Amino acid sequence: MSEKLMVEGRTGPWEVIIGLEVHAQVISEAKLFSGASTAFGAAPNSQVSLVDAAMPGMLPVINRRCVEQAVRTGLALGAEINLMSVFDRKNYFYPDLPAGYQISQFSRPIVGAGTIHLDLPDGATRAVGVTRLHLEQDAGKSIHDRDPSATLVDLNRSGIALMEIVSEPDLRSAEEAGAYMRKLRSILRYIGTCDGNMAEGSMRCDANVSVRRPGESLGTRTETKNLNSVRFLMRAIDYEVQRQIAVLEDGGRIVQETRLFDSARGETRPMRSKEEAHDYRYFPDPDLLPLRLDADWVAAIEATLPELPDAKKARFMADYDLSAYDAGVLVAERANADYFEAVAKGRDAKLAANWVISELFGLLNKAGKSVLDTPVSAAALGGLVDLIGDGTISGRIAKDVFAEMFESGKDAATIIAEKGLEQVSDAGAIEKIADQIIAANPGQVAQYEKNPKVIGWFVGQIMKATRGQANPGVVNQVLLKKLGG
Amino acid sequence: MTAPTELTIAEARDALAKGDLSARDLAEAHIKAIEAARDLNAFITETPERALADAEAADARRAKGEPAGALDGIPLAIKDLFCTEGVMTSAGSRILDGFVPPYESTITANLWRAGAGLLGKTNLDEFAMGSSNVTSYAGPVVNPWRRAGDNRPLVPGGSSGGSAAAVAARIALGAIGTDTGGSIRQPAAFCGIVGLKPTYGRCSRWGTVVFASSLDQAGPMTRSVRDAAIMLGAMAGPDARDSTCVDVPVPDYEAGLDAGVKGLRVGIPAEYRIDGTPGEIVALWEQGVAWLREQGAEIVDISLPHTSYALPTYYIVAPAEASSNLSRYDGVKFGLRVPSDDLAEMYEKTRAAGFGDEVKRRVLIGAYVLSAGYYDAYYLKAQRLRTLIAGDFRAAFEGVDVVLTPTAPSAAFAVGEKTDDPIAMYLNDVFTVPASLAGLPAISVPAGLSGDGPPLGLHLIGRPFDEATMLRAAAAIERAAAFSARPGGLGS
Repeated sequence: MSEKLMVEGRTGPWEVIIGLEVHAQVISEAKLFSGASTAFGAAPNSQVSLVDAAMPGMLPVINRRCVEQAVRTGLALGAEINLMSVFDRKNYFYPDLPAGYQISQFSRPIVGAGTIHLDLPDGATRAVGVTRLHLEQDAGKSIHDRDPSATLVDLNRSGIALMEIVSEPDLRSAEEAGAYMRKLRSILRYIGTCDGNMAEGSMRCDANVSVRRPGESLGTRTETKNLNSVRFLMRAIDYEVQRQIAVLEDGGRIVQETRLFDSARGETRPMRSKEEAHDYRYFPDPDLLPLRLDADWVAAIEATLPELPDAKKARFMADYDLSAYDAGVLVAERANADYFEAVAKGRDAKLAANWVISELFGLLNKAGKSVLDTPVSAAALGGLVDLIGDGTISGRIAKDVFAEMFESGKDAATIIAEKGLEQVSDAGAIEKIADQIIAANPGQVAQYEKNPKVIGWFVGQIMKATRGQANPGVVNQVLLKKLGG
Repeated sequence: MTAPTELTIAEARDALAKGDLSARDLAEAHIKAIEAARDLNAFITETPERALADAEAADARRAKGEPAGALDGIPLAIKDLFCTEGVMTSAGSRILDGFVPPYESTITANLWRAGAGLLGKTNLDEFAMGSSNVTSYAGPVVNPWRRAGDNRPLVPGGSSGGSAAAVAARIALGAIGTDTGGSIRQPAAFCGIVGLKPTYGRCSRWGTVVFASSLDQAGPMTRSVRDAAIMLGAMAGPDARDSTCVDVPVPDYEAGLDAGVKGLRVGIPAEYRIDGTPGEIVALWEQGVAWLREQGAEIVDISLPHTSYALPTYYIVAPAEASSNLSRYDGVKFGLRVPSDDLAEMYEKTRAAGFGDEVKRRVLIGAYVLSAGYYDAYYLKAQRLRTLIAGDFRAAFEGVDVVLTPTAPSAAFAVGEKTDDPIAMYLNDVFTVPASLAGLPAISVPAGLSGDGPPLGLHLIGRPFDEATMLRAAAAIERAAAFSARPGGLGS
């Protein structure tokens, strides 16, 4: 355990132990056990089958597509696929749970142990164990604020397939927990099994957190439920860690309990005991037979897996000579990686990576867009990179051109032609300007003789005079000749 | 000519085919008979207009030369556990009083497709939980039979008591029931009719109000083995909407009925000789053995060693599933709601008012055996025993083709005789429950009368999905027994 992951308390260092349970909504046309649609945002209770409403005598029938998605996810996590799994009932009463039980998988999940490799900010990676993945139904939605005297229930979400993905208690900080969520989200989006949209609730997370003195056995944990953004997850963990350390250092004990994160106050607080005092009375759902998968079918799914983020990152580092950090940024989203590769093809890959990461992502972020709706196509950005490479424009001018491309959707060559932005590489022209500046600034020339770095000032002056269009390489050569060096 | 209500389904079918009778004649005769027999409380909902409309449609089809199927024009009574579109389906419970499903169960849909008509929805123990039909919110059903010299009403058995009473009383040509631990076979025996529980998975459960998912099966209740064969053929078959319904071919059950039992190996399980079984029950069982032997069957003594565990196993598994299955009756979506400002209180008041004592007892037992700390000792152990009980039968069926036992340990009893003692009630299922746990087909055939009058049944258990062989043996018993007694005060 490295020192930097310890949290320093009043009485010494503490180690933080975190495990995450992520609920990821499965991408499928229909719900897990009924034919009803899963589209988000439909009118309340418009996507509810008789099965979802738990009408008398209705029976669940497993949706093959959802099983396939769970298997695909398990394979992408390098996990073992259980060819026999069992659906259980988790029994509790709540208005948005029409049957009075949730169909889930308890003792025999469809997917067993796997691994997620975290990409840490310093470019390092760390393997985190995935304990299991199981399929279960989502509940409906209780709406408490629409009617002063009643709770309204929308069952559109009731019965939609979720994958619950449980990590080992391998995470040691809020940052690692955030990296885990981002990486898991990236993998799920690569393989198309979950859209990862946390704002719409397609991906939610429960965080199990405990602290202990280094080397001691595990402390009592708390579970903070329903964290719906990476930021909230990290804030909730940080709060919980500080709270637990404070309690323990004051001689108190941690109560094993379920907590909620209040994002407005940035703190966690216990759920009312009534909300969590459940004996779920799990037992195998007698309406469903054990789920048996054919090994060939699993192999066929495996054959369709795309190149996954870890493999892509390794390839980008090897083939394009990118840093771990840049490669990690580029592969996080498959569309970004594809875009980058289109730009990099036949060009200077590092230059392409810089343009994609620094310039394109910067403007896209500001505009609230993604590469899927970027105004600058990969071909257009490639064109710009080409014009830098052949000396038509300087890197500096290129940034202005790119901003204009982003704004207008025009290609680089058009903008350069319209605005006359071609780079001035004519040594004669640059010499003329250099002569004027040298003549007008004898003081700076004297400075240069003491400190050769002052050449930068002269470069700046020439750039200013040429509105940035002078070729920096030629400017340097000219100045060195004129100033001697 | 025989009154239409006296016909079997097969006879009515043939008369319809010949044009001796119209479906409307059949429906009208039964509607009148139902009105005259309301004292039995066999029906929760009568649907005379629907029955007439169904009959007219059947007559019209026949006039065009296009009868729908094996049951075209046959009016039937349907246990009020099968959801019927547009017709109240109450499960005999206050909590579903007034519930009108917007959908039709697969089984009833299959019957309508075969041309059958709906006379009404029959009374039952609440949520099919009971062996005497006294737990219904709609009140108890009265058995059309009486003891000799004793006019106290007898129970019809349960839970399909309304269906059994209706068929026995000649107010329906046939009926369907459901059987979880004996709920078709025991009332059939108590009312002197044939009751068949198919192999688990033979008939779809979709749209049938659930008691215990891993045990419930729909089946026919009729006045002859042939009628049971005809009805089963119309009901059975795969259903993509029920994962537990099995896609195996449905044979022509009627075709092989008269093939006899020569060479058939009939198992007699030693463990079913239970101490305290009345002599007349044992005697009838021995009579059944003799009948089959006389017709050429080979009688084989067999052992089903885990039989004594069947009842306790059943009374853990069935309530466990029921406790979960009945959670949906919570006052939120349909059925009864007793309002309250507090959610938990609304649940409590609704379920307290909506469920009767027997349902509450089983929900409590079920919740208990599934709860943390008890699951392994009860539910898990019961599941293991269930596997052993099924294994007993599997082993036995390597040497025999069917198993013969009594259907119930007694004839119909009077209301109040046992009905106040849940344990005595549960013992009624002692001979029927093992086949239920093993998922096997079984049938009760009326075979004689008890000393004081009411009928007794013999019980055959068959191999999985081999209802045909079981029906052939049942037909042999039916022939030998020549059961012709009728409930007192009815007919002739």
